[in-house]
Amino acid sequence: MAVVEIPIGPQHPALHEPIMLRVRAEGEEVVEVAVNTGYNHRGIEKLMERNSWVRGMYLAGRVCGICNAVHTQVYVQGVEKLMGVEPPPRANYIRTIVMELERIHSHMLISAVMAEIVGFDTLFMLIMRDRERVMYLKELVTGNRVHADIHILGGVKRDIDEVRRDRILSELRVIEERLKYYRKVFEEDYTLLKRLAEVGRIRKSEALSHCLVGPTLRGSGVKSDVRFDDPYAAYSEIPFDVVVRDEGDSWARMVVRLEEALVSVGIVRYALEHLPQGPAVPKAFPRAAKVGEVVSRVEAPRGELIYHIVSTGGGNPYRVKIRTPSFLNIINTEFTYLGHRLADVPVIFSSYDPCISCTERVLVVDEKKGVRRYVSLRELARWGTT
Amino acid sequence: MGVSVIRYSPWIMHFNAGACNGCDIEVLAALTPFFDPERLGVRLAPNPRHADIILVTGALNKKAAERLRRLYEQTPSPKYVIACGACAISGGVFTDSYPVISRADRVVPVDVYVPGCPPRPEAILYGIKKLLDRVARGG
Repeated sequence: MAVVEIPIGPQHPALHEPIMLRVRAEGEEVVEVAVNTGYNHRGIEKLMERNSWVRGMYLAGRVCGICNAVHTQVYVQGVEKLMGVEPPPRANYIRTIVMELERIHSHMLISAVMAEIVGFDTLFMLIMRDRERVMYLKELVTGNRVHADIHILGGVKRDIDEVRRDRILSELRVIEERLKYYRKVFEEDYTLLKRLAEVGRIRKSEALSHCLVGPTLRGSGVKSDVRFDDPYAAYSEIPFDVVVRDEGDSWARMVVRLEEALVSVGIVRYALEHLPQGPAVPKAFPRAAKVGEVVSRVEAPRGELIYHIVSTGGGNPYRVKIRTPSFLNIINTEFTYLGHRLADVPVIFSSYDPCISCTERVLVVDEKKGVRRYVSLRELARWGTT
Repeated sequence: MGVSVIRYSPWIMHFNAGACNGCDIEVLAALTPFFDPERLGVRLAPNPRHADIILVTGALNKKAAERLRRLYEQTPSPKYVIACGACAISGGVFTDSYPVISRADRVVPVDVYVPGCPPRPEAILYGIKKLLDRVARGG
């Protein structure tokens, strides 16, 4: 049988590391996958060196729009260490609240996208509708829907007052209700189980040896969460569970995400109810850092996020190295596609949460006939399943 | 120009030319039933050959710019371009970075600019409506 080569990409429109998956398939079976990155390069690390410490904060948030608050957090906590500034406890709690709201909306987004990929459009629309509630809460706390930009060196920019707190708490009740329903759908729905269970299985040893992070790692039965192992912001004072599943397939990864979103609701609620008194907004902040270097890490919605910041003193960093979780999860998982059917490729790919939107196209090359044609990823997902 | 074609239902193709995802999730949100773009006849086109409007987000790095030009050529006339977000309008925070061209109108002619970092879904729909009004007036 002829081997057909299918490049998925090269531009993955909603991905912050746009990527190309070069899939070779023999009939319906995937025999080889090569991942190719390097698109959507914006020169952020170089720009960081040119900008001041404060401007770098905004740049860090714009590495990724979906997990912007964690990017700002990891940058700010590193720079604070270099500058010798300690944020007040109230600021730490507010940062935690924003980051957890972001985790909820990010996990809801990928659940919606997964529902769309497997052809369950109604679920996609329902989750997107309820996600707007989370976006509303984010706007209530930070003033922005997407880019939170609430961090400032040594605190936060906006405080939470009583009225906002009550509004968030009442809205969280609705969100929790809906999340429980979606978890039930993902756990019990026949269509989703058929498409997700036993697809893209990663064993515990493979997850560890391939350096996977985040829900992908926890979906394979490894208990690893930076919030728990190396607490930052206010996580050392907030009780929460680390969600782990042993199945290791696409389904386990999705259920881990939905359960994590529920845990996040609990964290936001606890943080709001135990919000420490005192100032949160600093009156002034330092502009220059001492000589030194710092590695700071946080748990982004997609996994462990690491910044390495080097300072030679003065008003701007010498070097900022960013390592994002999606990078590991996408590049190191080429082996999981092998032996699966062509239609499972988008499902497995989405289960690593690469934030797919709906405009990718796939180029199908039939090597025997030399024919090329474009199909959308959605079309591909439904290919051969009937 | 065959304006009557677009008066029915303009389909949008969303193209990410090196954006941070901020604009893209807002575009995605704007295209869901919560904001209901279909009352304007707008829906997402899967392919440039089906599209009437190209919605560009992102700071356009050199590779993406080449692709945008090619997509623009593949789109049948009449076609319109919306530059969505600070990056597509002026480069935003990425202005003067070495890989970015930083303005969509340096690559393709842009009809509507939607400012914001990122623009709200309402703003994106307002931009689309502005474009449709202009088209209906024959502009």
